[in-house]
Amino acid sequence: MMDGSAPVLVVDNLQLAFGGLRALDGASLSIPTGGVTALIGPNGAGKTTLFNVISGLLKPNAGTVILAGQDGHGRDLTMLPPDQISRLGLVRTFQIARGLPKMTVFEHLMLYGPDQPGERLWMVMTSPSAVRRREDELSEKALAVARRMRLDHLIDNPVTALSGGQKKLLEIGRALMAEPRLILFDEPAAGVNPTLAETIGDQLRAIAAEGRTVLLIEHDMALVGRVADHVIVMALGRKLAEGSFDAVCDNAEVQRAYLGVRAELAA
Amino acid sequence: MVNYIIFILVVAGVYALLAQSLTLSWGLAGLVNLGLVGFFAIGAYASAMTTKWGGWPIPLGLLAATVLGLFTGFIVTISTLRLRDDYLAIVTLGFAEVVRLVASNEIWLTGGTDGIAGVPSIVPRAWGQGYHVTMLAIVSVLAIATCALVRHLAASPWGRALRAVREDQVVAAVAGKPVIRLKAQAFSIAAAIAALAGAIYGHYTSYVAPEIYQPLITIYVFLAVTAGGVGRPAGAFLGAYLLIGFLELTRFMAEIVPGVSPVQAAATREILVGLALILLLRLKPNGIMPERNQKAPPSTA
Repeated sequence: MMDGSAPVLVVDNLQLAFGGLRALDGASLSIPTGGVTALIGPNGAGKTTLFNVISGLLKPNAGTVILAGQDGHGRDLTMLPPDQISRLGLVRTFQIARGLPKMTVFEHLMLYGPDQPGERLWMVMTSPSAVRRREDELSEKALAVARRMRLDHLIDNPVTALSGGQKKLLEIGRALMAEPRLILFDEPAAGVNPTLAETIGDQLRAIAAEGRTVLLIEHDMALVGRVADHVIVMALGRKLAEGSFDAVCDNAEVQRAYLGVRAELAA
Repeated sequence: MVNYIIFILVVAGVYALLAQSLTLSWGLAGLVNLGLVGFFAIGAYASAMTTKWGGWPIPLGLLAATVLGLFTGFIVTISTLRLRDDYLAIVTLGFAEVVRLVASNEIWLTGGTDGIAGVPSIVPRAWGQGYHVTMLAIVSVLAIATCALVRHLAASPWGRALRAVREDQVVAAVAGKPVIRLKAQAFSIAAAIAALAGAIYGHYTSYVAPEIYQPLITIYVFLAVTAGGVGRPAGAFLGAYLLIGFLELTRFMAEIVPGVSPVQAAATREILVGLALILLLRLKPNGIMPERNQKAPPSTA
């Protein structure tokens, strides 16, 4: 996976302060193309804030986020609204599964389908056949994704009828519908039972095996150790260390960031 | 009595148009538009002024009303982009009041509180009952056609994206949907429909004046849509006819229910409407016709 090719995403010196709190304080990191990169770090390290900036939900005070284009040219995402970033092939999921209460599993999947001309009013009125054709393609794909996420028996259920674990799976499935090159997963296994966490880990590997790049925030270290090719550690709004899972675990600085420092050592 | 029933059906048709407008802006896009009656008034004034004072043919007047509604809807959307829910509700409520107050006070422009009397009619009034029947046909066809249009839009991928914006606009944006464009389109078309309804109603009653455009009209349309089904065009259509039917029925309560004086009956009308709504929502929380979800096609594998 880590073949030394150009990174898919380069974050350079991101700064973002919420009042006096510097959530991102010069964060710089690059995500290799392909494979699974895990972003770990103690609570409050700025991981989710970083995701929010990359996906366009928050604008940074300074710094750039360059997404490598398919044509080789990079684009700075910090200037773009979130919907455009998603259409460039970078899709994120949410830590707490954000379902749309009055919509079904099928509708969630269809919603994330890209390039539907039927989302333009003009096309709805003038080209029903083109809209229909794309809708058929997307619904076939939605059914396949639903099977893959083991949600096919719930396809017409409202999302409110799903269990917590199923909501997490739908969160992954709908991101897949967008055919992204890079997917940002924000704690995809938080709050699920160990068996499902393992299933989710397998799904992440399978997604990477399809040639998509996976960037993952996760606190479940067993999962990170199992799926990550590369690990980046964040603390206090910037990168602390990176490397293989084992190398990062042995890093004294990382241990200190996670476990704290004993008073006599700090003195 | 026949003329009375025809008149009520025309009014119900106008309410059905307003209900379609609200289905788009509130039912599908989730934009709480308490300024509905403002767009209704703008349409009425636009068509009345251009046809009576400008001498325009009525179809052009109706077109002017629709276009002005579309334009005003667009202006209101882009000036309230950061607002949602109750904040948007208050601003749109204020918008409708501003429209009414401007119409009352800018006498040089609108004729002030005297209003505009003798608005030209779409078909000759001299036809007597034929006039009312023809107007009933026009309004009913228009209401049905608008309902069909909104149904088509609601069932399209555009409608799906719009419902996603209503449920959670951050998720809709992450799904790649242009949230602002979708909201602006839905709200503007909704405003255009309300304006067209206002224009037709103005031509029908031949009188346009500020005191007609009270917030109560907006509230009634909200009742109709809530009862019929939020986010379901056919439900909103049905809800409008039921609401007007119920409102009119309560007029006869003094005759039907013994021991109730006409004054008491008048006073209890709104109470009855409220009671009916509470009962309905207790029994059918999503309205008579709940919102439709898109069904997955049968799996081939």
